[in-house]
Amino acid sequence: MNEIALLLGATFNAGTVLAIAALGLLINEKAGIVNLGAEGLMLCAAIAGFAVAVHTGNDWIAFAAGIGAGALLAAVFGVMVIWLNTNQYATGLALSLFGAGLSAFVGVSYVQEKLTPRVDYAVPFLSDIPLIGVAFFKQHPLVYFAVLLMFGIVYFLFKTRAGLVLRSVGESPESAHALGYPVRRIRMLAVIFGGAMCGLAGAYLSVIYTPLWVQGMVAGKGWIALALTTFATWRPARVLLGAYLFGGVTMVQLALQSRGVAVSEQLLSMTPYIATIVVLALISRNPAWIRVNMPQSLGKPFYPGA
Amino acid sequence: MNSKRTLLAAGLSAAVLATLVGCGKKEEPKKEAAAPAPAAAPAKPDPLKIAFAYVGPVGDGGWTFAHDNGRKAVEKEFGDKVKTSFVENVPESADAERVMRDLASQGNKLIFGTTFGYMEPMLKVAGDNKGIKFEHATGYKSAENLRTYDSRTYEGAYLAGVIAGKMTKSNTLGVVGSIPIPEVIRNINSYTMGAQSVNPKIKTKVVWVGEWFNPAKETEAATALINGGADVLLQNTDSKAVLQTAEKMGKRAFGWDSDMTAYGPKAHLGSAVINWGPYYIKATREALEGKWATGATWWGVKEGAIDMVNVAEDVPADIKAKVDELKAGLKSGSFHPWTGPIVGQDGKEVLAKGVVADDKFLGGVKFYVKGVEGKVPGDK
Repeated sequence: MNEIALLLGATFNAGTVLAIAALGLLINEKAGIVNLGAEGLMLCAAIAGFAVAVHTGNDWIAFAAGIGAGALLAAVFGVMVIWLNTNQYATGLALSLFGAGLSAFVGVSYVQEKLTPRVDYAVPFLSDIPLIGVAFFKQHPLVYFAVLLMFGIVYFLFKTRAGLVLRSVGESPESAHALGYPVRRIRMLAVIFGGAMCGLAGAYLSVIYTPLWVQGMVAGKGWIALALTTFATWRPARVLLGAYLFGGVTMVQLALQSRGVAVSEQLLSMTPYIATIVVLALISRNPAWIRVNMPQSLGKPFYPGA
Repeated sequence: MNSKRTLLAAGLSAAVLATLVGCGKKEEPKKEAAAPAPAAAPAKPDPLKIAFAYVGPVGDGGWTFAHDNGRKAVEKEFGDKVKTSFVENVPESADAERVMRDLASQGNKLIFGTTFGYMEPMLKVAGDNKGIKFEHATGYKSAENLRTYDSRTYEGAYLAGVIAGKMTKSNTLGVVGSIPIPEVIRNINSYTMGAQSVNPKIKTKVVWVGEWFNPAKETEAATALINGGADVLLQNTDSKAVLQTAEKMGKRAFGWDSDMTAYGPKAHLGSAVINWGPYYIKATREALEGKWATGATWWGVKEGAIDMVNVAEDVPADIKAKVDELKAGLKSGSFHPWTGPIVGQDGKEVLAKGVVADDKFLGGVKFYVKGVEGKVPGDK
């Protein structure tokens, strides 16, 4: 039993990076902008966060640096695709490659740096409950933040006027524009938010999760986060579920290996991807649902004059 | 500074390109610019240009870091008789061949490639550049101007095992494996046998990550091992993530390839290090004196290539003494970790009592010894 609790605990931790990044990307996609640069954003934020953590020793300033780096790069992306109307996919890809190169270049001197061990976090009292405490209440605050973020986004998107406006910008920017909403500015804010969350996820990875810096350390998590939003049909709760599912299957296959289960390691490495896609595709297979949830103007440029 | 300027000059395209080839291509500052001035002293021969191609970043704190220390040892030994440079983050792909050709065209006369995956590219480039000597680490293909060298990392793994066998409380050891090739399987077995030599109850759990360098995955694998009951970890991967994870979770682990004490001061039990210096110095001297000839070299504790350093203070004195004794035995040749009887997982004897495994046997280890749990991946 205790092992299952430990596995659950590791699962939430492993899913958090994906969850935060994917929930951020969900917001800019709901506003109609696809940012394929997520991987590059996360890498730049990872080195920014790591460098700041090394110099200040303060994780929270490091997270802020990660958020800042992610938001800044996302803003550059936003100016290009929203105001200059460059192709979102090409610009995002370029940003992804640029971010990987820039982070490696800036990070050369940090590869050998190390962070002092982090203090273990534990929720008072609750963490002492057997099993449940280990599984749920001995996590870094950002693990809980990911859950709160999900609820926050659900509330924002579906219960507030601002959320409605954001969604309308993603569905039909022309209508929103006709109603007098500043479509470009709204999209820009959404893109910056998405970048900021990718940045937070990147900084969490390099400061808390691994904790070290090496080039390319995000290792595809940005792409997985992008895929998660689509497979979860832009539903925040499903994005969170998908992220934990991915983290969970990753940890289960490693745990199986350590139990000596004889399955080829290549097959086991594939399982997180397969399991996540299959489950999300199954729960999201209703075409009407997809049509309702997919932002109709996703990836399309908006020309206010036209 | 040179690399910085080139990068800036090439601008954004360089940044994109850098990602593709693995950024951080760094070379020692070229001194050609200053060459015309000292032309007044023509008696001095041109330095021997030596280049190193690394698979990871110099700052990995492990495998590549150890190679770069070897390069520095060559510089220290020969001073201005040699001029060394290196390229880091060269992937084990078509890029390796391009980098090798580039190094050859820059006038390097001795080129070291430090990962298994450079084997075919080096063979190809060596065939086209007969005047240049190539040295390939951990490979098995050679040519008249390409030779191989390796270190007996299993000796370090065995010494780590001796310490681990005493220090474990759960009698369960864990290994984070990279790719299931004989070298790595041999190290898992050696670690287990070393531990069993002081504690017969030892079991070893193994998790493969399928990569040499993926810190996040290594962290997750180490977490899975610890959650599964392992309390002393060893890794045959290139980063320090496993040691850091052990530090975080209050367990013990070893440094691998380089001294990793600083990355997990509480968890660190010792570092099984590779010292490439002696071999690099020997190879350079042979090249300088024109005595270089093709062949294969496999050095261990005896030649000073492998060592167990910075053993933790809380390791009992008798175990420390035993490690020293084994090291002395390895040096004199009186001790070999792979001496029979060695029993495979299925209980069958793979090496009879008193028989010492030869290098051919060691090169083909594809089985787990008794005490290792699970199956070798791909084994039917």
